[in-house]
Amino acid sequence: MNARGFLTRRNLVIAIPNFWLILFFMIPFLVVLKISVAESRIAIPPYSPLWDWVDGAMKFNINFDNYAYMWEDSLYINAYLSSIKIATIATLLTLLLGYPMAYYIARSPEPRRSILLLLVVLPFWTSFLLRVYAWIGILKTNGILNAVLLWAGIIDEPLVIMQTNVAVYIGIVYTYLPFLILPLYANLVKLDDTLLEASRDLGASRISSFFRITLPLSMPGIIAGSMLVFIPVIGEYVIPTLLGGPDTLMIGKVLWNEYFSNRDWPVASAVAIVMLAIMIIPIMVLRRAQSKGAEV
Amino acid sequence: MKLRFTPVVALLGFLFLYGPIVSLVIYSFNKSKLVTVWGGWSTKWYAELFANQQIMDAAWLSLKIGVISASVATVLGTMMAMVLVRFKRVRGRGLMGGMVTGPLVMPDVIIGLSLLLLFVSMESLFGWPAGRGLTTILIAHITFNMAFVTVVVQSRLSDMDDSIEEAALDLGASPTRVFFDITLPMIAPALISGWLLAFTLSLDDLVISSFVSGPGATTLPMVIFSKVRLGVSPDINALAALIVAAVSIGIITSALLMRKKR
Repeated sequence: MNARGFLTRRNLVIAIPNFWLILFFMIPFLVVLKISVAESRIAIPPYSPLWDWVDGAMKFNINFDNYAYMWEDSLYINAYLSSIKIATIATLLTLLLGYPMAYYIARSPEPRRSILLLLVVLPFWTSFLLRVYAWIGILKTNGILNAVLLWAGIIDEPLVIMQTNVAVYIGIVYTYLPFLILPLYANLVKLDDTLLEASRDLGASRISSFFRITLPLSMPGIIAGSMLVFIPVIGEYVIPTLLGGPDTLMIGKVLWNEYFSNRDWPVASAVAIVMLAIMIIPIMVLRRAQSKGAEV
Repeated sequence: MKLRFTPVVALLGFLFLYGPIVSLVIYSFNKSKLVTVWGGWSTKWYAELFANQQIMDAAWLSLKIGVISASVATVLGTMMAMVLVRFKRVRGRGLMGGMVTGPLVMPDVIIGLSLLLLFVSMESLFGWPAGRGLTTILIAHITFNMAFVTVVVQSRLSDMDDSIEEAALDLGASPTRVFFDITLPMIAPALISGWLLAFTLSLDDLVISSFVSGPGATTLPMVIFSKVRLGVSPDINALAALIVAAVSIGIITSALLMRKKR
């Protein structure tokens, strides 16, 4: 056995992908952390260095002005709160639509089940940007939805949906629905039918067997699916920009503007660090739900 | 057990998923520029799309980035999946698992900003990468794509029985040979779907590319975004219809092929 050759090759296989992720995924966060405590400057690069050499001694320049500024200016706090609110409501709406769909697919007989699952995944393969764009034509004041409703006589005046939070909710539910259905389906499809039969035999109604058996057993799927919607939605930029209005306040949009319009890199970094801190708990919940789901 | 209302909700859900896509395809053939006015059938927006040099250049650049980043990400992601599933005695598996899930859930604005700041810092320290453009977009796309490929290959590897690999090792085959002769053919379907997923995500990315791109490197989503921000644009409808057609053909063919194999 060429144990030594194996060892070096083995180590290479371990080292290369990890090196890549450490360099391009972990270290960037340290850079963001570093720049978030720098001062904004009109220079290249537009921020103060972490340390200077003053009289032969190293002098650290760490200031928390960017964080203090975010605390004082209500824009940032409101944007965080509004992002959390929008993400929470949107996740619940997605769950409301996604749970019955996942349940129906999981309970369908075989050829139909695979086809339905394929239909859930298919839109995911077409452009996300173009699917969000499609809603502009549907929701705008002289768009398809209003034309249909006016024609049917359901409304007398066109509804204003575009550039409101309603449009943002529709866009989020629409794009993130597959992310919720897939883990939920994977969980529901494993559900043991004999438990439900037993509860029915013992006289429980459909509704009560659902709430006492199916729902508790599908909890890991619900949590994993909800977190897969909630976490990325917190930082969503495209949907609030294309479908939302000037009142739609989301932190992803604030970060984008801080960087692209104001060119204030240190404040953009501080915004990102606080956003990360907010997401730590949901990410931990997600990882726990995923490892629990793996055990079942 | 069936809950009676679920078929109704499922039907509504699928209408909700497909309505907007169908509307894009229909309106791509609308002669009129207005959404509410049906001006008759026409393919003029397709002609206009192919005549638009900016869109064509951006599409070509995006395809190039998609193919390269998906291929590199498939190699790196497969290595990572092997380490996570098959290398039993490796320390720091929890951390590695975290690094893989990270890019999957992290908002794009954070990945984009953090990579951009890394590139700027690296340039001022080592002089590389010089400026931002194709190289930096490629690095960024490989990074997030790699995580997706890892997850796809990982789930295939953990479902797979490793007794054949062990038998080959016991019979004296080298681990490298076992990988290329046994493991690789068995995980090939996962590699293909991982590559396709990576390619699609790369073609689709707007936010991360916008952060790490520089002058001269404008990808297709960046062009689309700047056009649709101003409202509905019929040549974009035509582009969407073409993408939908390509994806549908691809998925249906692969589904039929899979069925035939069985």
